Amino acid sequence: MDLFTANNITKRFANHTALDNVSIAVPEQSIFGLLGPNGAGKTTLIRIINQITGPDEGSLFFEDKPLTVAHLEQIGYLPEERGLYKKMKVGEQALYLSQLKGLSKSDALKSLKYWFEKFEIQAWWNRKVEELSKGMQQKVQFIVTIIHKPRLLIFDEPFSGFDPINVNLLKDEILNLRNNGATIIFSTHNMSSVEELCDHIALINKSHKILDGKVKDIKKTYKANLFEVEFSGFRDNLQTILSPSFDIKNMVPDDDTIKATIQINDSSTPNDLLQHLLPHVSLHSFNEIIPTMNDIFISTVNHYETTAEDLKNN
Amino acid sequence: MNKIFLIIQREYLTRVRKRSFIVMTILGPILMAALMILPAYFAQKSDEVHTIAVVDESGIFYKKIPDTDNLKFTYITEDINAAKNKMGKEGLYAILYIPKPAYSVPSHAMLYSDKQPSLNVQSHIRSAMEKEVEHLKLQASGINEDVLTSIKSDITLASIKMGEKGNEEKSFVEVSMVLGMVAGILIYFFIFLFGAQVMRGVIEEKTSRIVEVIISSVKPFQLMMGKIIGVALVGLTQFLLWVFLTIAIMGVFKVSYPDKLSKPKTEQIMPNNRVDQTAVNTYQNKEAHLNDSLGIMEAISSIDFGVMIGCFLFYFLFGYLLYAALFAAVGAAVDNDADTQQFMWPITIPLLFSIVMAQHVVNSPDGPLAFWLSVIPFTSPIIMMIRIPFGVPFFDLILSMVLLVLGFAGTTWLAAKIYRTGILLYGKKVDYKELWKWIKYKG
Repeated sequence: MDLFTANNITKRFANHTALDNVSIAVPEQSIFGLLGPNGAGKTTLIRIINQITGPDEGSLFFEDKPLTVAHLEQIGYLPEERGLYKKMKVGEQALYLSQLKGLSKSDALKSLKYWFEKFEIQAWWNRKVEELSKGMQQKVQFIVTIIHKPRLLIFDEPFSGFDPINVNLLKDEILNLRNNGATIIFSTHNMSSVEELCDHIALINKSHKILDGKVKDIKKTYKANLFEVEFSGFRDNLQTILSPSFDIKNMVPDDDTIKATIQINDSSTPNDLLQHLLPHVSLHSFNEIIPTMNDIFISTVNHYETTAEDLKNN
Repeated sequence: MNKIFLIIQREYLTRVRKRSFIVMTILGPILMAALMILPAYFAQKSDEVHTIAVVDESGIFYKKIPDTDNLKFTYITEDINAAKNKMGKEGLYAILYIPKPAYSVPSHAMLYSDKQPSLNVQSHIRSAMEKEVEHLKLQASGINEDVLTSIKSDITLASIKMGEKGNEEKSFVEVSMVLGMVAGILIYFFIFLFGAQVMRGVIEEKTSRIVEVIISSVKPFQLMMGKIIGVALVGLTQFLLWVFLTIAIMGVFKVSYPDKLSKPKTEQIMPNNRVDQTAVNTYQNKEAHLNDSLGIMEAISSIDFGVMIGCFLFYFLFGYLLYAALFAAVGAAVDNDADTQQFMWPITIPLLFSIVMAQHVVNSPDGPLAFWLSVIPFTSPIIMMIRIPFGVPFFDLILSMVLLVLGFAGTTWLAAKIYRTGILLYGKKVDYKELWKWIKYKG
């Protein structure tokens, strides 16, 4: 079931269209990656979900019910442009922001105590925010985002400002939250974290959604049946021992061994390739080359740009 | 509604707990009290009696210059040089030297002193001498001084305002003027002081990037109104604390030093030979004096303080509210304090204009200028407060109040549109054209 859906969202500003007929569906208890180059319209979409701005066209649903202000208490949002009141005390501020999300004072205090201890920042409760390091401020910010146990969490570049140790801490927490039932929309440029965390993605470019689906499915569609073979004991032209259904894309000698990238065409299987190779070479490794999200991101965006250009030129 | 209360509470508490607020709250009344007490205190402070030796070569001023509380005149017969030598030894404050006149009466005199004698001393001596010379001249020309005194006239003009129901009230222009101006200027400062606080608060939220976190929980309008109301309460708190503390300090001072604040004695001890006339004079002075203070009392009691205080609070609050929304919009449109200038003039000009026009309004509180300025919402908070002590027709007052409330709704509606877009926009140079676009955005 989808916890959140946005249908045919269009948002125009005075000089440009930020979102053009964009639809997304976020399945419950999943991590949904919202990807796209800078200025693609991700932040606008996120602000529409948070009801900071309204769409010009389209409809939004939370659990199949039209999105209303009352849903805000079930949404937690960590914006990319984030900060805290510098002169306010950490604890007081965390309490204030929790209460704004609808928690009672006593509930907020109880949960804050738990999270402050978990993140080992309880000693900073009575300090002013400006005395905290950037990383610690980010921890406080993360805590107040999730404090009201929202069903939908939206993280916009959550890892910026964290050191690698804290990035891992945060990734673990995000996975924990998902495992405990939360649904997460996750916007980032960091593709390796998308691979690690996301179950679904939507790729937005120039206000259009150009790709979406399960990460596994997308990778499957984007793989080109390429295999990397590392072998030794054969120095002649490899193509002579292979049938025409195998294309050698690349061959690089590496000390004693040779690395070859081979594409398997339609009807053949990796096993066929191995059968051709095994009588002639001593095999060191055999791997399928699966495209990274980074590759998919770049190639999809570039492909979209060229088609858009072609359309313009015609 | 609960959330806007949380915002108001935060805005209020963080400001009230600031060191600068506490310092201002304590220093303000001390300064105010000092302004009222010190002049009176110092006027009484010079209790020391100075002795001035008079060397009168003309011989006509002997015992004619009256002593005062802190001036004592001794008449010596030595010549001026001997007197000068004696000055230091005998602790004389000054020597008044009246040289022998070339003609019948002296026209000049010298006051020798090692310090600069105060203006009070100088004018006291001069007027005493002038009076004596006039007296002599009158006698010489054969005019009886009693006749002259009886000719001197003193008219008190009381202006009576005819009320609508035929009742008559005395009007007291000076008191009304002072009250109105004080109220108007207070409102002017309040708007600027606390309007600027709203603006800085918005800029702080924008530059610290907390604003997007907050408006994912509440509507931008709630955040803006929460801030405006919170700051208004801070302003009211400060104002009331000032009033109470000033009264308290004055009270304590009055109890501790009751004599220091009593009115300085104005009567003068007159030489014996003119007892009759001076008695008459003193009596007349006293009567005039009595009239004055009675007049002020009457003037003060003639002003309807219920209306005055009620109106003051109304214009104080709504004047602030009208402008605070605009201040918030300016804060939202810029990235830092330095950029606020270009958007400040639409706020500054009507307020400054009100203060500049205040004098005209005082001179003609029922004229067309006063009427229009006191109904237009941008100038009415100041101008109407200036008019109120003079008495304002009921219709004008209601019209002005209704328009002010509508004006407040209007500026807030407009400001909210600018605010909503502005707070989420960073690093963009904004001009009036841009603001107009923001106002036209929908939803």
